[in-house]
Amino acid sequence: MPKQLIIDGQLIEVEDGLTLIQACEQAGVAIPRFCYHERLSIAGNCRMCLVEVVGMPKPVASCAMGVNDLPPNKDGSPKEIKTNSPMIKKAREGVLEFLLINHPLDCPICDQGGECDLQDQTLIYGPGGSRFQENKRAVEEKYLGPLIRTFMNRCIHCTRCVRFMTEVAGVPELGAIGRGEDMEITTYLQKGILSEVSANVNDLCPVGALTHRPWSFTARPWELRHTESIDVMDALGSAIRVDARGRDVMRILPRNNDDVNEEWISDKSRHVADGLRTQRLDQPYARKNGRFEPVTWDEALRIAAERLTTARPERIGAIAGDLTAAEEMFALKDLMRRLGVVNLDCRQYGEHLDPALGRSSYIFNSTVNGIEDADALLIVGSNPRIEAAVLNTRILKRWRRGDLKVGLIGEQIDLTYPYEHLGAGAQTLAEVASGRHSFMQVLADARRPMVIVGSGAISRSDGAAVLALAAQIALNAMENKAPEWNGFNVLHAAAGRVAGLDLGFVPGEGGRGVLDMLKGDMEVVYLLGADELDFDGLGDAFVIYQGSHGDKGAHRADLILPAAAYTEKGGTYVNLEGRAQMTCRSVFPPGEAKEDWTILRALSPLVGHKLPYDDIQALRAAMYQEAPALMRIGTVKPEGLEGVKALAKRTGSTGTAPFKSIVKDFYLTNPIARASAIMAELSRLKALAESGREVEAAE
Amino acid sequence: MLADKDRIFTNIYGFNDWRLAGARSRGTWDNTKALLEMGHEGIIDEVKKSGLRGRGGAGFPTGLKWSFMPKNDPRPSYLVVNADESEPGSCKDREILRHEPHVLIEGCLVASFAMRAHTCFIYLRGEFIRERERLQAAVDEAYEAKLIGKNNIHGWDLDIVIHHGAGAYICGEETALLESLEGKKGQPRLKPPFPANVGLYGAPTTINNVESIAVVPTILRRGATWFAGLGKPNNTGTKLFQISGHVERPCVVEEEMGIPLRQLLEEHAGGVRGGWNNLLAVIPGGSSMPLLPASMCDDLTMDFDTLQKLKSGLGTAAIIVMDKSTDIVKAITRIAYFYRHESCGQCTPCREGTGWMWRVLERMSRGEAQKREIDLLFDVTKQIEGHTICAFGDAAAWPVQGLIRHFRHEIEARIDRYQAANQQRVAAE
Repeated sequence: MPKQLIIDGQLIEVEDGLTLIQACEQAGVAIPRFCYHERLSIAGNCRMCLVEVVGMPKPVASCAMGVNDLPPNKDGSPKEIKTNSPMIKKAREGVLEFLLINHPLDCPICDQGGECDLQDQTLIYGPGGSRFQENKRAVEEKYLGPLIRTFMNRCIHCTRCVRFMTEVAGVPELGAIGRGEDMEITTYLQKGILSEVSANVNDLCPVGALTHRPWSFTARPWELRHTESIDVMDALGSAIRVDARGRDVMRILPRNNDDVNEEWISDKSRHVADGLRTQRLDQPYARKNGRFEPVTWDEALRIAAERLTTARPERIGAIAGDLTAAEEMFALKDLMRRLGVVNLDCRQYGEHLDPALGRSSYIFNSTVNGIEDADALLIVGSNPRIEAAVLNTRILKRWRRGDLKVGLIGEQIDLTYPYEHLGAGAQTLAEVASGRHSFMQVLADARRPMVIVGSGAISRSDGAAVLALAAQIALNAMENKAPEWNGFNVLHAAAGRVAGLDLGFVPGEGGRGVLDMLKGDMEVVYLLGADELDFDGLGDAFVIYQGSHGDKGAHRADLILPAAAYTEKGGTYVNLEGRAQMTCRSVFPPGEAKEDWTILRALSPLVGHKLPYDDIQALRAAMYQEAPALMRIGTVKPEGLEGVKALAKRTGSTGTAPFKSIVKDFYLTNPIARASAIMAELSRLKALAESGREVEAAE
Repeated sequence: MLADKDRIFTNIYGFNDWRLAGARSRGTWDNTKALLEMGHEGIIDEVKKSGLRGRGGAGFPTGLKWSFMPKNDPRPSYLVVNADESEPGSCKDREILRHEPHVLIEGCLVASFAMRAHTCFIYLRGEFIRERERLQAAVDEAYEAKLIGKNNIHGWDLDIVIHHGAGAYICGEETALLESLEGKKGQPRLKPPFPANVGLYGAPTTINNVESIAVVPTILRRGATWFAGLGKPNNTGTKLFQISGHVERPCVVEEEMGIPLRQLLEEHAGGVRGGWNNLLAVIPGGSSMPLLPASMCDDLTMDFDTLQKLKSGLGTAAIIVMDKSTDIVKAITRIAYFYRHESCGQCTPCREGTGWMWRVLERMSRGEAQKREIDLLFDVTKQIEGHTICAFGDAAAWPVQGLIRHFRHEIEARIDRYQAANQQRVAAE
C-alpha cells in the first residue's frame, strides 16, 4: 500500500517500507547526511538528516524513520514534512558545529579536500564561523593495513567503515572502542585488515580520516579528469572511473552499477594503477643474437610478416590472454583465418569449455543480481573470494538476509560466510550428482538453486567430466522450477575469456589448443597478451608477443609488439555474466605502443591479407556479425538451457586430485598486477599474515 | 504525610528479615494466584486505573505501556526490569533489591503474566554486588518454593534471569539496556521501532523500573481506587523519595506523591542544614533535572506535573539539597563532567556537545570566560536537546539550562571577580 506524504509542500506517494530520506529523494529534496549510505545498514548517529514532521515536537532522523511510522493524521491528511524550516536549519548548523569543534584544521593537507562531504555540507548548511575556544581532542593513529592511511583526528564517528567491514566485506575487524568523546575506531588488535575489498572504506569515509595510502599527497581531485571505464582485473567487469592527470592514470575508483559491482571494487582493481606505469613495453623489440634490440615498427612488422608467411599454417598458433579486448581477438582471429591457421585458443588455463555447445555452457547464467534470489548454492572448485572478490560480497549480502544454504566442494577456505564443506574433489561431486549425497536434496528443495563452477575445476584434464557432473547437478536441481531461472554458473577469473569464447577464438577443425601448442613443434606462436602459461614447452618456436607489459610472455618472445593497456584503449570486454561492456581510453599508451587492433591491421597487408576495416567502427560492425552478443552493451540476455544440457552429455572419468582455485595469489594474477609495487607489498603482507607472523606498520 | 497503613514498602530500611519467610510475614506472596486470576487484561486495566506512572524517571503511564504488548504474537514476550540505578542521587531501587527483593519478584510474576511473558530479565548495574547476591538468593528461594519457574504453583511459567552490567550509566536507557543484555555495546537504538514491537532479541519487550514493578502486587491487592486516592490527580500513589545533600538526616522515605517539598525535607530529613532559609537550590529528581532555586521551593509540591510546569521534573525523586555553602557553578560543572564521561558516543550532538559544555563550565567556574559565553552555552544546550538518538542528550543539557536560567547572576559575578583579579595582576606587573 503506497503511503502519502507532503514534503516541502509537495504531495507525493511512496512505497511501503521506504525510509523518509528515500521518500525525500523521490521528491527531489536533497537531505544532507554523513552516516547514511544506501548499501549499508542504518546507523542514524550523525543527526545531519533531521527533518521536521509537523506535529512532532522534536525533529526526526529521516534515514531511520520509516514512512510506515508516519501514518496520516487523525483527520486523514497526510503527514507534512519540512526539510528547510528554521528549526531544521538550526539543527543542521548545530550538528555541523559539533562535528567541527573537534575536527582538525587539516583541509590544506588533507587528501579528501575537494571531495569531502564535511567541506561540502559545511559550505551549504554550516554555521559560518567557529565559537569554540577550547582545545581539540587528539586521537592516536591506527594501523589498518597498507591501503588505508588513517588520520583519526578527523574521524567523525559515522561508523560507515565499521558497517562496511562487517556487512559487505564480511571481515568484522573494525569497531569502535571507548565511550563518548573518547570513542575511537580501530581494529582492536592493531592488525592490518585482511580483506580483498578493504580499500572501499576509504571511499566511504566522508572525511579524510581514512584515505588511500598509495595515493597520499599525489593529486587534488580538481586536477584530475575522469573517464568511465570497466575493470579487467577479474571477470566481473566492475564499473570504474579512471582519474588521470596529464599522461598518468593517478587512481581508479569504483562507479555505481547496481547489476554488477554495486559500488565496490576489489583492492586489486583499485590499486593496479601504479602497475600501469612500470614494466611497460613502449618500443618494438626484436631478438638478435639472443638479445633484445629496439627496432622500428616497420622493421618489427616486417619480421613478423616474414615469419608468418614462411611458416606452415598448421604450425602457426595464436593464444589470447586474460586482458585482451574483443576487438583485437577478433582482428587476430580474422587474420589467422585468412592465413589458414586453425590453432587458436583463448582458454589460457586450459578450460574445457567449448563455445559450440552454446553460450549458457560458459557463462554465469544466474547473473550477479540473481545471487540475491538464490536460496541454495553449491560452489565447486572455486574460491569466489579471490577469483571475483566483489561477486563474493554479493553472496555474503544474500547470506546475511538469512536462509541461504551454501555447500562447497574443494579447498576449505574462509569465504566470509559459513558453508558446509562437502568434500575436496570430483568424487564428492559425483556423489552429489548421483543423489547419494544429501546436498543434492538441498538443491532440489530450493526454489532457486545455484551451482557455481570455478575455472580451477574445469581446467584439469578431467575438466569436461567435472563440467558434465556440475551441469547434471544443476539440471537435476532445476527440474520443476521456475523456467526463467538458470542456476548453472561458470565463474571465470579472466576478463577476456567470455569474449574470446563468444568470438570462437578456439581451435578450428583439427586445430590445436593451448596445451597442445605447448607440446613443442610449433613454428610461430602469436601471443596476444598471454602471460599465464609455462612457455618452456614452446621449444624453439618463434614467439611474437603483443602486449602492454614486460612479463613472462615478453621474456620468452622473439619479437615484441608494444600495445595498450585497458585504460589506454576503448575495447569491448564481456564479463562472466555474458554482459558486454566497453572500456574508454583515459590516457595514451606510452612511447611507441599502439592500440592492439591497429597493430594487427597494420600487419595484415604485409602478410597479403589486408583486413577490411580501417577504423574501429568498421571493425566492430564486422565483429558484431560474428558475435551479436558483443553488441548488447550493458545488458544480459538469458541463454536458456541448451548449453547446460550439452555439457551434461559429455563423458569422461574424473580424477582424484582435490579441486584447487585457479588463483594462486590474489594480488598477482596478471601482468599489470605483477608490475605493481603495491600489489607486491600486499602479496608479501598477506603471505606473512597467513604464516601467522605479525604484520606491523611499515612506518 | 503518608499513613503507615498506606505504605507499600514495609521493610525498606532492612530492619526485618528480607528472606522469603520475612517477606511472607509482611504479606508478599499471599495468594498471588488470586491476582493472576484477574486475567491479563484485568491486571492491565487495574494498573491503568491506578494511574501508576513509571518510577524510572520518565513518568510514562505504566498500564498504557503494558497495553502496547501484543496479545497474539508468535514471538516470545519479555519483561525486562531496569535495575541499572545510575542516576546520580538515586538510591531507592537499591533498597528494594537489598531489603525487599521478594516484593520485586512477586511484581515480576504479576507483570510478566499481564504481558504474557514467560521470561523476565533483571538488569542490575555492575556496581551492585551485594544487591545482586541478595536478589539472586531471593530468586533462588522463589524457585525453590515453586513460586516461579516451570510448573510453579501460580500456573504461569516464569523464569527470572539476573544479568549485571559493567558500569555504564547509558545502560539505564531502555534500548541501550537491551543492547547490553544481548551482549553488544550499550548504545541506544533508534526509536521507532519501539521495544514493544522490536525489543530484546527482536521480540516484544517491556522495560520497567524496579519500583514500578514492585508496587504492582500491592496495587492489585488493595485496588486501583486506593492507589489513585493517594497523591494528586494524574500523579497518583506513593513514591520512594531519596533525600541527599545538605539536610540533617539524608534518607530514603516512602511518601505520597505531591507532598510539599518543605514538609518532606523537614519531617523526614530533619530539614535543610542551617534552616530553611539556608537553602540555595534543589535538584528535585536526580542530576538530569534542572535545579530549582530556593525562591521556587517554598510552596513546591513533589509530583510530575507541577515540576514540569516549573521547567524541571520529578525524575526518580532523588532530591539533592544544596545550601548556601554550595558553589553552584562548580556543582553543575561536576554534573556536566558526569555526562561527558557517560555519553556513549554514538550521536554527534551528545558526543561532542557534552565535552564542550563541560569545558566551558570549567572555565566559568573559575570565572575565566566572557559574559556572552553564557548565552553561547545556552545555545549549545538547545542544539543538543531534542537532536539526539536518546534522552541522554536532554539529560545532559537540562542541568546546564537550569543553572543559566536561575543562577546567571552567579556566573556573571564570578566572571567579574576573575576579570577584576586579573586586571589587578596586570596592573601590578
